[in-house]
Amino acid sequence: MTFWQFLHAKGWYLLSTLIGGWPQTAIVALGSLVFALIFGLAVALLRLSPWRVLSWLAVAYIEFFRGTPALVQLFVIYFGMPDIGLSPTPLEAAIVGLGLNGAAYLAEIYRAGIESIHRGQLEAALSLGMTPLKAMQHIVLPQALRTMLPPITSFAIVLLKDTAIVFSVGVVEIMALARNLVTETLHSAAVYLIAGTIYLCMTIPMARLAARLERQRQAWH
Amino acid sequence: MTPLLRIIDLHKSFGELVVLDGISLDVERGQKVSIIGPSGSGKTTLLRCINYLEKPTSGHIHIDGTLIGEKEVGGRFVHLSDRELAKERAGIGFVFQRFNLFPHLTALGNVTIAPQKVLGLSHDQAEARAREMLQKVGLGHKIDQYPERLSGGQQQRVAIARVLAMQPKLMLFDEATSALDPELIGEVLRVMRQLAEEGSTMVIVTHEIQFAGEVSDWVIFMDHGKIVEQGPPAQVLFDPQQPRTREFLKHIQDR
Repeated sequence: MTFWQFLHAKGWYLLSTLIGGWPQTAIVALGSLVFALIFGLAVALLRLSPWRVLSWLAVAYIEFFRGTPALVQLFVIYFGMPDIGLSPTPLEAAIVGLGLNGAAYLAEIYRAGIESIHRGQLEAALSLGMTPLKAMQHIVLPQALRTMLPPITSFAIVLLKDTAIVFSVGVVEIMALARNLVTETLHSAAVYLIAGTIYLCMTIPMARLAARLERQRQAWH
Repeated sequence: MTPLLRIIDLHKSFGELVVLDGISLDVERGQKVSIIGPSGSGKTTLLRCINYLEKPTSGHIHIDGTLIGEKEVGGRFVHLSDRELAKERAGIGFVFQRFNLFPHLTALGNVTIAPQKVLGLSHDQAEARAREMLQKVGLGHKIDQYPERLSGGQQQRVAIARVLAMQPKLMLFDEATSALDPELIGEVLRVMRQLAEEGSTMVIVTHEIQFAGEVSDWVIFMDHGKIVEQGPPAQVLFDPQQPRTREFLKHIQDR
């Protein structure tokens, strides 16, 4: 069977099977995004902390997770954790692994955003009696968010695509199903192209959203 | 009665550079003190030390008898925690040269946020107080505007209202009109004059010599981190005893 004949005969079957993996892909992507958003902020605040030890720890964290492959981190968590008595499920390992990795990237996005806010804003907030944390919460972060939203959206796109590696720890998402289909049908090109198209259907709207946020960034209202 | 503000032998250095070189000063309740002097004389740093935006290298500051930024524990001075320091700062109003309004909040939002988040006022209480303060600085009709839609003079008046809403014991003005176009200076000085007449305690760093003469009951001339001359405005501004004061005033009038 040629490529086109195969696609014509089995196209719907492939597509519907692969879409069956979509919920798992979405859960890993969303779960690790939320994890990274929260944990990354903590890392960024440590990074900016006046205490040298804390900021050094944050730098070490960021360098480690950006400097080693996500796949290696994932393996350490899934296959290594049982050695210390924890046995994460594939889904848990995937969310924590990609979340820890993403936090390192987000921490740098947060830091750049926070540092883009003029120091006078922090000083004004402090002079009104806010603690540094309150000033961060009510004055600095809401302003920094405008600067940070476009890069955060781009980050979310990368994260979504990176979920394609989590089949390697046993999560049955789009890529895992695609590999099964290839074994079953022996038609790699058609299967992986359809899988790629499914990812594209998710990333294109996100990229358009990022572009729109970028355009809106200048205006305050 | 102790003075409202007491500064004792304050020193501040940035590395090798000595910015404040032994400043001592008392300000009584209701007093208006103007600080004048050439740029780089340490006026702004002195003001910033009073609410601990700069940490003094040595020396102490008391407001209402309470040490600022530090406390005495077993005969030693230790820095306050963030929370304790914030509480002290809430009672000290600071008006910045560059306004530093919060651009993501309306004029009203700028004035309500600290009373709500710091003093714990309810939304309604904070808003009522903010409206009153904005009215007072003549901006009752601009409460819903964002800072970028306001002129410099209006922004600075919002900044003053923001400080007033905290009902501070002491107000510090750091060259509040220096960043303004000449035609906008008057409206800000008018508000400051009104506050002075109402009996607020004010420490004013300014280049507006005439204004300092009218409003203050004590004038300090600083140079190279030291108080060179101080006294009532009639003396310091119009009959200075020190050659350096005379030189500075002449320089300013020649402009």
